[in-house]
Amino acid sequence: MNLHEFQAKRLFAEHGIPIPRGEVAYTPEEAREVTRILGGKAVVKAQVLTGGRGKAGGVKVAQSPDEAQANAEAILGMQIKGLTVNKVLVDELAPGIRQELYLSALIDRGQRQPMIMASAAGGMDIEEVADKTPEKIHIVHIDPTLGVRSYQTNYLAKNMGLPRELWGDFNKIVSGLYDCFKSNDASLTEINPLIITGEGKLMALDGKMSIDDNALSRHPRLAEMRDLEEEPPAEAEARQAGLTFIQLDGNIGCMVNGAGLAMATMDIIKLYGGSPANFLDIGGGARADQVATALRLILSDPKVEAVLFNIFGGITRGDEVARGILAALEQIDTPVPMVVRLAGTNAKEGLELLAEADMMTAATLSEAAQKAVAAAKAARESGRAS
Amino acid sequence: MSILVDKNTRLLVQGITGREGTFHTNQMIAFGTNVVGGVVPGKGGQQFDGEKGSVPIFDSVREAAEATGANASIIFVPAKFAPDAMYEAADAGLPLVICLTEHIPVLDMIAVRSYLDRYNTKLIGPNCPGLITPGEAKLGIIPGNIVMPGTVGVVSRSGTLTYEVVYALTQRGIGQSTCVGIGGDPIKGMDFIDVLELFEADPNTSEVIMIGEIGGNAEEQAAAYIKQNMTKRVTSFIAGRTAPPGRRMGHAGAIVEGKSGTAEGKIAALEAAGVQVANNPDQIVEMIAR
Repeated sequence: MNLHEFQAKRLFAEHGIPIPRGEVAYTPEEAREVTRILGGKAVVKAQVLTGGRGKAGGVKVAQSPDEAQANAEAILGMQIKGLTVNKVLVDELAPGIRQELYLSALIDRGQRQPMIMASAAGGMDIEEVADKTPEKIHIVHIDPTLGVRSYQTNYLAKNMGLPRELWGDFNKIVSGLYDCFKSNDASLTEINPLIITGEGKLMALDGKMSIDDNALSRHPRLAEMRDLEEEPPAEAEARQAGLTFIQLDGNIGCMVNGAGLAMATMDIIKLYGGSPANFLDIGGGARADQVATALRLILSDPKVEAVLFNIFGGITRGDEVARGILAALEQIDTPVPMVVRLAGTNAKEGLELLAEADMMTAATLSEAAQKAVAAAKAARESGRAS
Repeated sequence: MSILVDKNTRLLVQGITGREGTFHTNQMIAFGTNVVGGVVPGKGGQQFDGEKGSVPIFDSVREAAEATGANASIIFVPAKFAPDAMYEAADAGLPLVICLTEHIPVLDMIAVRSYLDRYNTKLIGPNCPGLITPGEAKLGIIPGNIVMPGTVGVVSRSGTLTYEVVYALTQRGIGQSTCVGIGGDPIKGMDFIDVLELFEADPNTSEVIMIGEIGGNAEEQAAAYIKQNMTKRVTSFIAGRTAPPGRRMGHAGAIVEGKSGTAEGKIAALEAAGVQVANNPDQIVEMIAR
């Protein structure tokens, strides 16, 4: 789960990291009032869960409360990468920016350890820095039983060319960022940029944070920070039903058990000239009601021209899936053609149940994909003809 | 012959009285696995009366291992208790631990893996289907009726996609030596390289199928290893070519982040290492049959 900038920065502040004073505003008037309280000047920043806000015009500096109101007016309601901005963060202006740095804590999968990544090339896309000038990226790994040690932050500070008088503060910020990472079960905490202000102090100007979804159950406070407005309604409903659903922009809806098989099913649809409308993993041991919810979600997408079910029963039972499909079809009257491929546990029983329904069946994944692509094409053509 | 598991495996089931533990213990015994005991704290002294056999239940892994001479353990406990179960199995000196549990937080797994490495305990999983040596034993949930004894080794990050491939092999009369599901989490026990090394050394494995997916760089590392060390033919499939960047595709480890973890990068690395890469799972069987 990704957090907004304002949420991430508040968590940083709890761990002693200096951040600008600021407040979230939901209306232009609120933005004006916050700017007034902050002393009349501010930066108005769109709060949406995507990068590239600056480039999209979602970050604007205001020299007066009036200008802040106008900025908020322009930013609120704006679309950034398909997401609507419905709140802004109004931050006090940093007292000058002498230098922009980069700092993050994340997991190194290969080393199986958390690591701290730092660079003097802050304020830009770190992937690009890593790609073009890898020598500007400095890394230390953290042993969870030891935590961040001062020799490590000194190593980073030295290699970044930080003035010696800032090494002590830098150490506190790195330690704070790592503590914030660890205590919140984050998969990423990132400050970009971490600035040296005109007064020569370090300050986190922007913040990003992702929480390990598997750990949310032990962090109820973080779970409450989930911004439901940012989550497509279908994905939210799927999550609550214990399904993993990701909306894509293709024409063939898929329902599969298991993430790897779901991805492979999407790939094979593409291979045969179709395009997947979604990723949907009903998980292991899905019940009929979950299957029914899943089918309803798939069919709620008007772009879907055909549906492909690919179920390889292990824990999941074919007859249970079939019952779910039938239950959903009782509620929804749909002209969308469907192709079912059932294998493994209770596949035969499942296919017998579905024999009554008007569905195509397939023995293999390739056959199922080809049938679904052909059915979508036929449905589209007959739609044009009528 | 096979790798990791065979007729001599003496298995403990941690969480044997739970819903999944009970169901799959019965399945494992039916397949011929030598299940020697169960572990459920507080239920020591009771008996697990399964459909196909009865096994004693112990309060701790240590007690169970001492009483039964177990040399492997499989874990069917919820994510909240799974790290403890893994620590306990390693502490009791078991050389092989399989953890099927999904949704274990990454930071927990970092600590677990680092602890298990100190004991030289081999871990498979978490969030995996386990492994199976056809005709001998299965440790986990891979359906017993889709495999047949043979000489193709299978290693995979996925569960049901593995079933798909193994089932297709069996239907074509191509048997398997051992099938290992290493799981889809970012921090886990054995990785591709660890399993490939065992397959390379196993005289009864003639060739290997490696099923990968987007995210991380285990496939790229495996490609480098194969190029340097493998004499046996490797055939591969990478799931997730159509996955959009930045979206986690179900598995905690399956995500394309920036330029890393893409299917294209993995396929290119594998092909450069002389691995034949299939376009779709059905094609793997064609490639193996050739």
